[in-house]
Amino acid sequence: MALRTPCYDWHVEHGGRMVDFAGWDMPVQYTSITDEHHAVRNNCGLFDVSHMARLKIAGPDDSQFIDSLITNDITGLKPGEIRYSLMTNTLGGVLDDILVYRFEDDFMMVVNASNREKIIDWLARHQSGFDVVVTDMTFERAMIAVQGPNSVSLLAPLVADPIASLKYYTGIKTSIDFSPALVSRTGYTGEDGFEVILPANKALVLWEALIASGAHAAGLGCRDTLRLEAGMPLYGHELNESIDPLSAGLGFAVKLDNRHFPGSKILGNVKQQGPNVRRVGLELSGKRIAREHAAVLKDGADVGEVTSGTFSPTLEKTIAMAYVGVELATIGNDLQVDIRGTGVDAKIVKLPFYKRG
Amino acid sequence: MNQSDLKYRPTHEWIRLEGNEAVVGISEFAVKQLTDLVYIDLPAVGRQVKGGETFGEVESVKAVSDLYAPLSGEVIAVNDALVDDLALLSSDPFGKGWMIKIKVTDDSKLGELLHPQAYEAHCEAESH
Repeated sequence: MALRTPCYDWHVEHGGRMVDFAGWDMPVQYTSITDEHHAVRNNCGLFDVSHMARLKIAGPDDSQFIDSLITNDITGLKPGEIRYSLMTNTLGGVLDDILVYRFEDDFMMVVNASNREKIIDWLARHQSGFDVVVTDMTFERAMIAVQGPNSVSLLAPLVADPIASLKYYTGIKTSIDFSPALVSRTGYTGEDGFEVILPANKALVLWEALIASGAHAAGLGCRDTLRLEAGMPLYGHELNESIDPLSAGLGFAVKLDNRHFPGSKILGNVKQQGPNVRRVGLELSGKRIAREHAAVLKDGADVGEVTSGTFSPTLEKTIAMAYVGVELATIGNDLQVDIRGTGVDAKIVKLPFYKRG
Repeated sequence: MNQSDLKYRPTHEWIRLEGNEAVVGISEFAVKQLTDLVYIDLPAVGRQVKGGETFGEVESVKAVSDLYAPLSGEVIAVNDALVDDLALLSSDPFGKGWMIKIKVTDDSKLGELLHPQAYEAHCEAESH
């Protein structure tokens, strides 16, 4: 049976169209993807992201253990700081993209729902020699993303400590409704906002309080259009085990100096020689959407592949992300995308497509 | 408009017969299921459509859906206003959101089409 978040009944009662996502029954939309998208850009949207895996990592060797497995350097993080990173296999392919949170006493890793079991297994296989305990907190905690320009004003009154001054990619352990809660200034929409991790039995209280103060329920459908506009990769689309982080344009999260982790040597070579393919943003002519796996063409020849595409509600343009050969991956280059047999003009544009003002 | 004179395919296209001509569109239920429409592809006037086969496609943010002709015939009019403004489909699917008008050449598929009550039951079953 599909997994359900603590807010499942609320979603169903409020018209949520439930779809399977990585084994979870999740709302793809309540009203329309476009309306929910605009609600996040202009006001405040609520996402139930309780399906994301949350792993607590604690013990005397916690920092060294995590450092030995990820591409970014987390050893210098201060308590309350958060860092984006990749986890790569021995060939440098991306196992997952994750967030690592450092606290006084422990670390937490937020992992994609689709990769939860794989990453737990990967951590277990590399744990010998490290004095550390990994605990999967996914089912006893819920996670709610509060995203949009009005997030601070809607969420702050419900949180015991001030959150307006929290910097991007930092978080605090505080409380909501007398229960422990972790509030971080993070998100996956390209908008200001927060993510809240709290006990599963408190999720609905927070959700309903935010809805009552004017936040809009937002489904996975607009989460995808929002992250696409913001140029953020999605695991399973832009990222997978045969793509390396440098080709994906995530070099900012790959620290190779004096560091060793699975795939680090191969990534060093890729960095030296330069990747063969690059992730690019495409702006297409017309209204038809370039879907995943559509071929990218140059003078009729196959030169790449679309990984995600949509109609951007904010820009009112058809956009896509794709991998193309590095020799063609230049801003302004005119290419085509094969949309069900028709070549549609596509220009390479700078990522992100949308940046908040 | 009276929707009781419409017949439906299980794939949610409706047809309104007016003598040997017919207007074709998709139902309100279908439009509500699709949401976020971005594009529609309709055949040119003069083209032949075949009952049970695709005559175009409608695309939403989520997916592309084929449109199926309820009966066979020749396309005698296309709703160009709809191509320019898909909001007509959401606001008035049985009226201003019509898609094509055909001159029916073969109505042998008529028996396969659903009456309004049967179609309503079909939608009810599909939404559970």
